[in-house]
Amino acid sequence: MSVLLAAHAAVGIVILSMTTRLQRAAWWLGTLPMIATLGYAAAHSNHVLDGHPVTEHIPWVSGLDLAIDLRLDGFGLLMLLIVSGIGVAVMAYGSQYFSPSPASSRTAGLLVLFSGSMLGLVLADHLLFLFTCWELTSITSWLLIGTRNTDPAARSGALHALLVTSIGGLALLAGVVLLGQSAGSYLLSDILQAPPGGATVAAALALIVVGVMTKSAQFPTHAWLPAAMVAPTPVSAYLHSATMVKAGIYLAARIAPAFALAAAWRPAVTLIGLITMLLGGLRAMRQNDLKLLLAMGTVSQLGFLLVLVGIGRPEATIAGVVLLTAHALFKGALFLIVGIVDHEAGTRDRRELIGFGEGWGMIKFVTLVSAASMAGLPPLIGFIAKEGAYEAFTHDGAWGAATLGGLVAGSVLTVAYSARLAATILARPPTEAASPPPPKFAFSAPAVGLSALTLAGGLVAGTFNPIIERAAIDLDPRVETAHLALWHGFNLPLALSVVTVLVGALLVVARHPVARLQAALMPRWGGEEAFAASVRGLNASARRTTGVVQNGSLPIYIAVILLTAVLLPGAIFLGDATWPGWPRLAESPLQVVVATVVIGTAIAAAAMRRRFAAVLLLGAVGYGMGLLFVVQGAPDLALTQFAIETLTIVVFMLVLRLLPDRFEPRPTGRGIWYLRLLISGTVAAAVFGFALVTGTDRDATPVAAGVIDRSLSEADGRNVVNVVLVDFRGLDTLGEISVLVIAGLGIVALARIGRRGRIGAVTQRPGSDGEADTTVDEADQAVEPARTGGGDAPREDS
Amino acid sequence: MRRSLIMDTVTRLVFHSALVLSIYLLFAGHNQPGGGFVGGLVAGAAFTLVYVAGGIDDVRSMSRLRPWTVLGGGLVLATATTVVPLLLGNAVLESGHAGFDVPGLGHVEVSSTLVFDAGVYGIVVGLVLMAFEAFGEEPIEVDGPGGPEGS
Repeated sequence: MSVLLAAHAAVGIVILSMTTRLQRAAWWLGTLPMIATLGYAAAHSNHVLDGHPVTEHIPWVSGLDLAIDLRLDGFGLLMLLIVSGIGVAVMAYGSQYFSPSPASSRTAGLLVLFSGSMLGLVLADHLLFLFTCWELTSITSWLLIGTRNTDPAARSGALHALLVTSIGGLALLAGVVLLGQSAGSYLLSDILQAPPGGATVAAALALIVVGVMTKSAQFPTHAWLPAAMVAPTPVSAYLHSATMVKAGIYLAARIAPAFALAAAWRPAVTLIGLITMLLGGLRAMRQNDLKLLLAMGTVSQLGFLLVLVGIGRPEATIAGVVLLTAHALFKGALFLIVGIVDHEAGTRDRRELIGFGEGWGMIKFVTLVSAASMAGLPPLIGFIAKEGAYEAFTHDGAWGAATLGGLVAGSVLTVAYSARLAATILARPPTEAASPPPPKFAFSAPAVGLSALTLAGGLVAGTFNPIIERAAIDLDPRVETAHLALWHGFNLPLALSVVTVLVGALLVVARHPVARLQAALMPRWGGEEAFAASVRGLNASARRTTGVVQNGSLPIYIAVILLTAVLLPGAIFLGDATWPGWPRLAESPLQVVVATVVIGTAIAAAAMRRRFAAVLLLGAVGYGMGLLFVVQGAPDLALTQFAIETLTIVVFMLVLRLLPDRFEPRPTGRGIWYLRLLISGTVAAAVFGFALVTGTDRDATPVAAGVIDRSLSEADGRNVVNVVLVDFRGLDTLGEISVLVIAGLGIVALARIGRRGRIGAVTQRPGSDGEADTTVDEADQAVEPARTGGGDAPREDS
Repeated sequence: MRRSLIMDTVTRLVFHSALVLSIYLLFAGHNQPGGGFVGGLVAGAAFTLVYVAGGIDDVRSMSRLRPWTVLGGGLVLATATTVVPLLLGNAVLESGHAGFDVPGLGHVEVSSTLVFDAGVYGIVVGLVLMAFEAFGEEPIEVDGPGGPEGS
């Protein structure tokens, strides 16, 4: 299995690195790993369907107990078939949809990488590996939505999707870690066998639900999915209908049977799913852009799926698995059709499309089959899924009845928007002269293939029975058997189906009054606006916070830093410590001499009016400290201190060249002066106090002794300071040097902006994501006071 | 800028010795006073000498490595030393060491933390060079009383 994942990664990278040379071959090359995956699935299907999952374990970061654990069970097999099967169809379709160009090869390469990530997601047994793949799908999705990266709409759509899904991803990570820690294992198969309980698990589940919601476009985070429709149609067909948006459903399906009764999982998931289903359906009925109609339909169906798989009951799980399959087939095909229409007719707006004439027969048939399956009409797989869903909720008391009512209402809407879509392509009278040119066979073949499966899934449902049954059993061991069939006799689900279709048809007949009613009732605010408003609000509040916190006055910065440093530990210090009495103040006359020099130069430095002199005196203080270290017998510290002082003075000199020669006498009142003196005095007293107390009032054993003992034996070094830095506390050092690097880069960047002035800093583009462009401007303003207005020279930390 | 013969000569005399000293400090650090940080500072001081003698152009012409390359390279080295033990199944930053008999030098003990220290060394040197890059170019004349005289 890992070989398959590696093959996806390798082929994807090869295509991406050879975009100019491969042209159309990129698409055929890209299908290879997917076909290999299908071959692998075929070879192992008997084994898996007999109830023996294939597992694989590869140590990854063994020091952190991270591993790539893969597990192919029945549900994994089904997902794998969907991911790779539809992947092959989309790649074949893409080779016809795009004219050969480096950009289209890039899309092909990214699709392969996405496919590999998605494959990893459905095969992962280790939760952290699952999370990694989850994020990889978010990132590749972002790149794919933004394919036309010169288009502002594409960029903002991609950013929207990335922000929402990665916020969800963070929540998922937190949830997964909580779940893994409380279960004592990160293996999904272990956790589901012995599900842990308690408050931690409830929190974990809530976080996981957030991840599921964002990924699977559930209300109220659904708006990224329609916004993502700026992606090329093959991408939308693959990512945003058949596979990636199913990742949330996949995860919910995995954990629901074990955790459905924990906390508020069941009511929460049901409610979210139902709202999403109804809202998506209502929105879909109003779309004129066929692709947006499908996107809203997808939102609706994802809500439906979440209700089915999230409820964690055997019958609902079976229905969910069937619907998952049915949805991938019909929605994939419909997206491909809309792409063909768009490609040939130049528009996908239903108001501009006119009849399709000669040569479009096959497309019309595919549309009919797929839309009917979406609407849940017999004899198609969509009908079986919907019947199963109705059946699952008929014997379930008041809650079941309420849920059932919601599902029926949602399905009525589905019938209505399916008809709206189908009518656009089927019902317009063909006008030979104006009919768009029919697509080539190779272009329509993938859609035909998918709809053939839709048809087969209904007519010969029995052949799909083993895999659906095994998938459901592997999700929920309480499932005994699944019977997929079109005819279950006269029963309540059948009656509800009839009602659904009739009411749906009524909505179609009365579409004009319904549309007027919807237009009147529809809130003006949709998810898209809510998202835009929250991003704007975030930016505005960030700007306001920055304005208050970063006001550009160095004296205030220093005062805040110093007071925090003194007051926080100082409070504890005053509460806890006892006065230890004066220690021996000096051990040798030399110390007294050096200390006197240090104190004298320090006072002189503070009194200086010329910056240059002040810096030199500060340097003298530093060298004096170095001398003290020498006297005390710490050559290591002294060496470092001398080197640092030398470099600090040089850096000061560099900066001083840009500053006025003298500190300007500033018109500050006496009050300010006393305040500064007070702060300085407090800091000095506090530091002195700390030094005294930490030196003498010790009640824990110093770590030093242990460190010195272990230094040679464990780290094989005799220089204890160095051993501590690079070995015992090496991770701290790594953190510190990372900060140093970032600070260094920041200083160079700021200095260069300052030197270049404000030329070209303001480039606000109207109507785009202009917020980000102001940051250069703001950074510039923040630098300004440091260069000209500040009273004190900024001291370099090096 | 005007060059000073004394500075140039001193720089030529001291620069290489200072670099050798800095590398000695880096290698000796595990057992004697020294280490990557001090070593880097000493090397930084050597570059400072070059800067004082010949300005930013002299520093730039010494090597084709740019400051950010040195800086980033150091971080990569240090991070790699941190992560590699993890991949080998040990704890973060776990160190290993080995002794060799090198002809001419006698018995030499080498610890894997030396690589980490070399990363620190690179970062410190890179940071000093970055400071020159940021503030070291000839300043635009500042208006106001008393321009810089000291330099």
